[in-house]
Order: sequence, then C-alpha cells, then structure tokens
Amino acid sequence: MVVHSIEVTVNGEPRQIAIPPSMTLLRLLRESLALTGTKNGCAAGECGACTVLLNGEPVNSCMVLAVECDGAQIVTVEGLAQDSRLDPVQQAIIDAGGVQCGFCTPGILISSRALLDRNPEPSEEDIREALVGNLCRCTGYLRIIEAVRLAAQTY
Amino acid sequence: MAEAQAQNIPSPVGESKPRIDARQKVTGSAVFADDIPHGNALLYARIKRSSRPHALIRRLDVNKARALPGVKAVVTGEDFPGYIGLYLQDRHIFCRDRVRYVGDPIAGVAATSEEIAEKALDLIEVEYEDLEPVFDPESGASDSSPLLHPELGQYAAANFIFPQAGTNISNHFRIRKGDADSAWDECAAVIERRYHVPHIQHVPIEPHVAAAQVDVTGEITLWCSSQSPFAQRNLIAQAMGIPQSRMRVIAPFVGGGFGGKAGVSMESLAVAIASKVKGRPVKLLATREEEFVTTFVRQGLVAYFKMGCDSDGHLLAMENRFYWDGGAYTEYGVNITRASGYSSSGPYEVPNVKADAYCVYTNHPVGGPMRGFGMPEMHAGLEQCIDELAQQIGMDAVEFRRINCLKTGSILVTGSQMHPTGLPQCIEKAAEAIEWGRKDPPSAPNKRRGKGLALMWKAPAMPPNAGSSAWVELSEDGMVNVGIGGQDLGQGVFTVAAQMAAGALGVPYESVRIATPVDTRYSPYEWQTVASRLTWSLGNAVVNAASDARRQILDIVAEAWEESPDDLDIVNGVVVSFRSEREIALKSLVIYGMPKPDDQGWRGGPIVGRGSFMPTYVTGLDPETGQGARAVVHYTTGAQAVEIEVDLETGRIDVLRGASAFDVGRAINPELVRAQMEGGFVQGMSSALFESLQLRDGVVRNPSFVDYRIATSADAPQELQTFIIEVPQEDGPWGARGIGEHSMVPTIAAIANAIYDAVGIRLDGPPFTAEKVYLAMLDAGIVQ
Repeated sequence: MVVHSIEVTVNGEPRQIAIPPSMTLLRLLRESLALTGTKNGCAAGECGACTVLLNGEPVNSCMVLAVECDGAQIVTVEGLAQDSRLDPVQQAIIDAGGVQCGFCTPGILISSRALLDRNPEPSEEDIREALVGNLCRCTGYLRIIEAVRLAAQTY
Repeated sequence: MAEAQAQNIPSPVGESKPRIDARQKVTGSAVFADDIPHGNALLYARIKRSSRPHALIRRLDVNKARALPGVKAVVTGEDFPGYIGLYLQDRHIFCRDRVRYVGDPIAGVAATSEEIAEKALDLIEVEYEDLEPVFDPESGASDSSPLLHPELGQYAAANFIFPQAGTNISNHFRIRKGDADSAWDECAAVIERRYHVPHIQHVPIEPHVAAAQVDVTGEITLWCSSQSPFAQRNLIAQAMGIPQSRMRVIAPFVGGGFGGKAGVSMESLAVAIASKVKGRPVKLLATREEEFVTTFVRQGLVAYFKMGCDSDGHLLAMENRFYWDGGAYTEYGVNITRASGYSSSGPYEVPNVKADAYCVYTNHPVGGPMRGFGMPEMHAGLEQCIDELAQQIGMDAVEFRRINCLKTGSILVTGSQMHPTGLPQCIEKAAEAIEWGRKDPPSAPNKRRGKGLALMWKAPAMPPNAGSSAWVELSEDGMVNVGIGGQDLGQGVFTVAAQMAAGALGVPYESVRIATPVDTRYSPYEWQTVASRLTWSLGNAVVNAASDARRQILDIVAEAWEESPDDLDIVNGVVVSFRSEREIALKSLVIYGMPKPDDQGWRGGPIVGRGSFMPTYVTGLDPETGQGARAVVHYTTGAQAVEIEVDLETGRIDVLRGASAFDVGRAINPELVRAQMEGGFVQGMSSALFESLQLRDGVVRNPSFVDYRIATSADAPQELQTFIIEVPQEDGPWGARGIGEHSMVPTIAAIANAIYDAVGIRLDGPPFTAEKVYLAMLDAGIVQ
C-alpha cells in the first residue's frame, strides 16, 4: 500500500504521520491521533459534527483528504481550552445550557470560534448563518445562538 | 447547628444546576461508543441487505465472500434461528427464508477492514422470488391482503398485545366507552376527517454503532450507543440462546436517541457476527443511509376521526380509527398502537368513545419508538378536528378546549379517573403568551399571519411493571457515587439524578457523581431509558437509595452519640444533631465507621444504600372495551401555541414565535425542563414543516441530509416562551413527572391550526412544505 508522510500541527503540536492516500482528515484525527472529540455524523460533509479549523477556516474534516493537510495548522475541540481554562465559547455554551447529547457540540464550538475570530461582534443573523451547517437535533438551537452571543461579549 | 440555620441550606432540587456532563462534552473528552478503542484485533462488520420489499430467498451463496482474503466470518440467518422482539417476537436477527423490506439484513461480514467487508458484500449472491408487497396499512389490514407473517399466530406476545392470526394486524386495541353509536343524534355538530402522517426518522446526529466481542466460553460483551442496555442484554441473550447473566452491555454517552436507540435494532447483528470470530471485537457502524432506513423509523399513520359536540360545545362522542404502518416487523410498534388506543380521546373528557387502533405489517422499514410514541402523529389530526368542531358551532377554539379538557377527576377514555393535572393552566399560559385573539398585520403585503394552539397528553407507554434501581456509596473524601442504569441521551438525567441524590442524602450537588458508563455488569437494573419515565421512576429509585444510605449513616452516628436518629440530620455533607449540636463530617465515618469509646472496637462500615422502584398499581384493560381500573402510571399534559406567517408567493411557512406550557409535576432542574420544551418544539416544528421519508415501492428515496431536511439554526423561531406548570405527581420524587417527549407532541397540530387561521387551508397531513402549501392555496383560489 502506498503511504504518504505528512507534517501537520494539531492543536499546536507538530506531528509527522504516515497515512494512506485515501485517508480523510477525520480518520487521521480520530484513528491515527486518537483525537476522538471530533465526531463522525454522516461522512458526507452535511451534518457538521466533524468540523475542525484548517489553517483557521472551519471545514468538514470528513471531506478533506489528510494528504492535503501537509504543512497545515489544525485545531480540534481538544485544542480550544488552554491550560485547562475553557475557551469563552465553551464556557458560554455551558452557561447558556446549549449542550444536550453533546455529539454536535464539538463542531458547533469550532464553527462558533471561527465566526468570532472573523467577526467579534456578530448579529443574531450572522450567528444563525455561521451555524447553518452544524445540525443539532436536541436543543432547537436557541441556547446555542445565545451561547455565541454570550461568548462574543467575553472575548 | 441550629435548626433554623439548617433550613437555610438550599436544596439542590428545584435549582437549575449546570449539567454534570457539560465540561466533558465541551472539551471533547466525553466518550461515545465509536470513540472506544478496541485494539488491533478489531474487525469491521458490514451487512448485506435485501434489495426487495417482499420476497422469498431462493438461493443465498456466501462462498465467494468467505474466500475473499481478509474476510474472517460471513454469517446468515441459517446460523441464528431464534426470534427477537420486545412486545412481540416477530424477528430473526438475520432473515431466514423471507425478506420483508428493502434493507432487511440477509448476511453479515466481518473483515480486517471496512473496505474488504464492503467488497465481500458484493460477492454474496442472492436469488429472490418476489412476493406481492403491502405498502398501505389500510388495505394491508383487510382480509384479502397478502400476508407478511403467516406465522403471526405462533409468535410469543406480551399479554396486553392482541395479534390477529391470519391477517397483517399484529395488534388490535379497542375502546368501547359509553355508546358512541347512539350519541351522534344528540350532537349539534359533527366533524369527520382523515389524516395521514408520513414516516419520519429520529435523525440522531450520532449514528447507531455497536461493537461486540464473544469470548471462548461464549460470554458476550457489547459496547453500543444505547438507550436500553438491560433490554438489549435480555433480548439478545434470549435470541442467542444464552442466559442473560452471560451477556454484558456497556453503554457510554449517547449522541441523541429520541427512541431510535431503544430496544434492539442493529446491535444483535454485531453480536451474531462476533459469535463466529470468538475473541475478536467486531464493530458495526451504521452509515447515515442505514440510519435512515434500517434502524427504526417513526411509523406512518392513517387516522380517521369522527367527533361531535352539543350546541354548548360539550364533546359528546368520538369514533376514531388508526391504521399504523408498522413496517416489516412490529415487535415494538404494537405498543405504540396500544398507546394510541388508550389515549385516543386526546386530553378531553368524552362520555362516548369508540376507537380501534390497528398495527399493520407493511413492506416498509421497521417502525419503532420515537419521541412521543405515537402521540405527535395522533394529535396531529385530532387537534385539528377540535378546531374545526369549535368553528362549526361558532366557539373560540381555546374556549372550546377550556370546556372540554381533562381536569382533575375527569373520567378518562379507559374509564379511570384523571389524577391532579394542570392542563387548564397550561392552556391559559400558552394562549396568553401568544396573545390569543389578537390579529397582528403581516410583516409584508405578500404574507398572511395566523395563530394556532393545540393540547396534548401522554402517558409513559411501557409494561405495567417496568422497574428502576439505584445504589449510593461514598468515598473516603465524602464524595457520593450514584449507580444508575438509566442513560443520558442529552435530556440531562445524570444531572437530575445527582440533584435528587444530593437532596435526599443531604450533600451539595457538587459532591455527587454518577457512575458511568452504564454497564450491565456493575450498574443497577433499569428497564429502558424511554417513555419519559426516568425522572419519575429512576428518580424514585435514587431517592430510595439515598434515603437508605442516609438511614444507615444516621443509625451509626445516633448509636455513637447515644441519641435518637430523629434528632439528627445530614446538612451539606455533615451529620448534625439538633439536640446536642454535635457535628461529624460524612468523610469521617462513611468508609471506616466510628470508633467505640476507649478503643473498645468500632461500629458501622462502608455505607452503601440501595433503592428500587416499580409501579405496582397498573391493571389490565378489558380486551373488548379497553376499560380498566388504571391503564397507565400517569399522564403529562400540556399546550403549545404558535404564530406563523405564510408567504403567498412561495407557500413558505415561517414560525415567528411559539409558546410551550407543560405540567411537569415538579421541575427538579427548571432550565433542563425548559431545554426539553425548546428542543422538542423545534423537533416538532421540523416534523411539521420539512420531514418525510419518501417511500416509493418500499424504497426510501431520500436517505441523506441533502434530501431529508431537518431544522437548522436558520429555522428556529425568533422567540420561544416556555412555562413550567407544577401540579405534583402523587408518587413522583418531589412530585415530578416526565417532560422529554411531550414537548413535540402538539406542534404539528398547532402549526396546522395556525396555517388555517392565516390562509384558510387544511392539508391532509405533514410536512407542510412550501410546495404543498402553495399548491393547496392555488387549489383553494387564495393565490392565482
């Protein structure tokens, strides 16, 4: 089997990894690096549970080939908290009660973080728009939207 | 410590404590079933599924698949003759001689990679002899329909399920209350309608996943995303022909269930395959397409309603017939049918009721439990008929509901009496919040605005003797560990259980943890996490366990201090005497006990409290009349109201605002209760506006998120008010009863009634898509 060697920086840590060419970024994270916080919901780029930051941009990691990530910076949900201090979006989603089953939560947090990075004062419309690719079946979204608004005040 | 001071210590019960699992879930450290590592020996399973809706398997050849390098096992129905099913044992793990829906499992493969397993499926040869399919529950119920299960008469069934041998009717539930036939003459208004509610899917964001390992002695371990680890142990062990104690189910966090992960759906497949590769773990992860088609779906419903009232608006009679499209196997669906029967009047007191609920086999995907357990489907039509009847006699729809709704002591459709209920208060709250009766102008000239309201009731639908148990132990630091077998699907039961244990024991909420993951080897028994029954049933078990631990602790201290336990209390983790004002922290005694004076020995020992709960008062119902002393444990009731806009140019519905009011008995954690009301509202709204499994000749045409749309962040209403009504449940912990499912029950009807209010049209069923609404407006001449 053909194997490629790539270098990626994941949550600030540089890694050199040998991967088959067909491997997705999602599988790289979950299987090769045991970063299972990033979730597999549909494997088709539709539910957003696998959202990670790739060079600062939110992507569905199930739709990105790992080989494309050579030299890239990746941030997963495990990389949001710094020195066990929660990121403001993490604290805000707890405070707003925006967590239920928790399966969409990692993707929601990454998308929210990406939104606030590019737009620190989002309107409600902006928030709804930024999360439209992250499906949640439990919460009805209202508390998640509220969480992003709360987090924006904290940043 | 003085008594007055003790009373100032706030109880964690009734407080909106933060979720006990929130930090794990926001940091990515919460473990779900697919996150568990199984090492290099792991094999990957895939399932060969029927491409035909109804056929006999004439030839099945797995030799080529077996010969493929990397394939470790191929199993078929030949290997597993046992039956499986919760209320009716009508399924095999793999099909044996007949397939009954497109997606029915025929064979299973375990291989060293998913790719090899997938390739092996293509090498399995199947020859079918097609049989005439059944796609319509109404004609399927007729005597002339082809039969899906000629063996129905031989299947084992629970004693409250009534299969009709020689037909496709796997359960027929009847209500005969009063004399509906002769009541129609007394009615000033009568309405008759037919509604159709399509199949939908639960769509948890986490697909089903099961990993199984069978050791050399045949003992089974199953790791899965599960609402029902104990029911799975029971049913799968029976089907595999082993004692229940030789099977262990480990169930970590569940990424959304909504009923779809209750009972057994695909978990038995993983176990069966693993039994042929002893010692090696085998993982089966449902694809999103399999999730849509082959786990459970919500049954379709064809419902006929006839109801009448007198000129003062008093409901006099109902005659309702429900044909449930149960799909290929109805082992769970038969009880949805029963629930629709004993709830068939809706939340109203009606003196004369005739109802027939039929569960019908069709060659559709397997119907199973989904949030609401038949109630959203049934209320969808029933609550529209109530509006129409009110209109016919010229009465306001809310006033009509005030008059007829269940009140404390009302005689129910099954003949028993309604327990204390806050339904009338729910109606007032929802109507007031939506400013019922006030008509606001639309936001644009091409829009029409309308308001709608609907009520609901729902009982936990379960066997009469579904039980819960719990234990409470403490560690050296005085922290409390609570064992439960119920599962957190996101509803927050771990948090609520911790609050109740803390409240009953006398420790801060922060001192309690829940022993997870649920593991049938170590966790106490719980029937299933379904039916919105945990806060009430598991809650009682937790309170009993905490009270047991508390009694043990107080007895030890009382003996040591030579006082009466009645003078002692546990406050904030400290045992205090109101008489002597002595104190001792729990951590000083819960493991090592307390020393006797002068080094003359010890008393006490490690504290472990145990508790269980099982309702003992639910009675059988007469099979001919559905009448009995007590059909169910209790009913949660509630009301929802919405304001919507219809776009005349596109038919698009916008839900502007909503209001939900439910009588939860007592809110143990008010914010979690509100979160259930919000999430349920949006899920109900999604089912009302968007969702339908498009079945054509038995094939699901839209098994993906592209073609099966669910509500997104853009669709959630701008405003959603929630109201907690608290009329205590006599046997609930602190008076609590469930709220998980109820919040999506009235939504379809509330939106339908608002559409009528806005543009004067009624559709024959959801989803009220823009296209359907537009075409109906065109038909009605509202738009040109």
